[in-house]
Amino acid sequence: MKLLVPVKRVLDYNVKVRVKADHSGVDLANLKMSMNPFDEIAVEEAVRLKEKGVATDILVVSIGPAQAQDTLRTALAMGADRALLIQTDADLEPLAVAKVLQALADQEKPDLIIMGKQAIDGDNNAVGQMLAALMDRPQATFASKVDVSGGKAEVTREVDGGLQTISVDLPAVITADLRLNEPRFASLPNIMKARKKPIEIKPVADYGVDTAPRLSVVKVTEPAGRKAGIKVTSAADLVQRLKTEAGVL
Amino acid sequence: MAILVIADHDGAALRDTTAKTVTAALKLGGDIDIVVLGKDAGAAADAAAKISGVRKVLLAQSDALGQGLVEAEEAALLPILGGYDAVLSPATSAGKNLIPRLAARLDLAPINEVVEVIDAKTFVRPIYAGNALETVKTSDAKVLATIRPTVFAAAPDGGSAPVETLDAGPGSSASRFVSQDQVKSGRPELGSAKIVISGGRALGSEEEFKGVLEPLADKLGAAIGASRAAVDAGYAPNDYQVGQTGKVVAPDLYIAIGISGAIQHLAGIKDAKVIVAINKDAEAPIFGVADYGLVGDYQTIVPELMAELTKIGR
Repeated sequence: MKLLVPVKRVLDYNVKVRVKADHSGVDLANLKMSMNPFDEIAVEEAVRLKEKGVATDILVVSIGPAQAQDTLRTALAMGADRALLIQTDADLEPLAVAKVLQALADQEKPDLIIMGKQAIDGDNNAVGQMLAALMDRPQATFASKVDVSGGKAEVTREVDGGLQTISVDLPAVITADLRLNEPRFASLPNIMKARKKPIEIKPVADYGVDTAPRLSVVKVTEPAGRKAGIKVTSAADLVQRLKTEAGVL
Repeated sequence: MAILVIADHDGAALRDTTAKTVTAALKLGGDIDIVVLGKDAGAAADAAAKISGVRKVLLAQSDALGQGLVEAEEAALLPILGGYDAVLSPATSAGKNLIPRLAARLDLAPINEVVEVIDAKTFVRPIYAGNALETVKTSDAKVLATIRPTVFAAAPDGGSAPVETLDAGPGSSASRFVSQDQVKSGRPELGSAKIVISGGRALGSEEEFKGVLEPLADKLGAAIGASRAAVDAGYAPNDYQVGQTGKVVAPDLYIAIGISGAIQHLAGIKDAKVIVAINKDAEAPIFGVADYGLVGDYQTIVPELMAELTKIGR
């Protein structure tokens, strides 16, 4: 069984986000970039499916700049078999990403596509759903448990107020939520091995899809910041203030 | 301009997220219809018909719609979307599951988690877990968006719109419902709780985490959260994690106990109305965002807090 795992290179989750002075976007210059944490969970799930003998081939793909090869190396070190960089310096919108992935899926014919439920930069939470629609296949979003057998995936989903379990026919698109697993740290020997695995690079134009943006960013601003409040001296003082001053008790 | 609002309901009752989404729809301007997808959802449709400013309510019912299968929802809605210039859903897990799928079918760019409507084509949405706000203008012919309900007031009742039946469509063949497991803890859900009590690494063990936080949470009817550090240390399960890579919360009251306040944690709580921090390190970054800070050992402060809460009848 073939798995396709799209991964995105994003600003590391521990780096403080700063809006550019001209309000054109968020400053990414010279800051630490990492694999989107939800995509890391997707890679881990794919590797576990391979370790269980369910999957035989894991292709990781990133659509982004040349530096996204680092992100792909991380996925290879975790246990992916092959890596593909679909190179572009443009920041593609979810619709364009889904179209490129659809074109790739047409060539690769994966049985299952697993990806993070959202990237922590744009927070769009859209590509998985859009790819499933374009492929006319079922989707199982926000997955916290995945069982694959007999051409089907049984997926437990994190929905508001609880969990829902559905069974989807393969091929399908699964998007990973936080609870699905805890990604491994790649071991040093595996990191060394991953350095030798080839990364195929293709320009985004090779996929022949319209990637023109539909949304224009008018501006990016900082939200109204929170200021430090006051220090209280006792639990009694705190409870009184929460009751009378803040009115939240 | 015609706008379709997708109702949020629990099978029987309409949730107020629907009326809040109607408020956002009113800001776009135009005729507003509400569609209710479900099974035995007549009461929810009747409640939707009472929301002020609604032209009509469409009710589609089937087993697959009652089970919330997105392929069934899509099949019911696609035939009627030609008649609408905008489709809005509350940004619930169901709305986020459905709207991008519909958008792809129509070759449109969806707009997720709208927190402000500037005009019928221009919207503000949070990015980077709310650390930045992005104003986007769409060039698409139609708008498909999810609306963050917590930032819009509910449209009042006072309407009496007609309820019409909508064909439920063919349902879903490639995906099937297996089971539904609603949270039974008796505590509210982390994402929508009015009060959240969170613990950090300072609590030191899983037993201590439970022993300190659970009685306080039960007393306040609060949800329990945790910092990533506490989750990584194994004191709390993964789904408790509050922060950029966990749940983003916006309760009326957030009480952080033994949490230093890493950047990614602060990103997940910044929309809380009131933040209380209890930490023995007076220099902890959490105090920089807390409305009320109490410097000291949680082991003495939490019991005092419990006693004070009892005094005021909580």
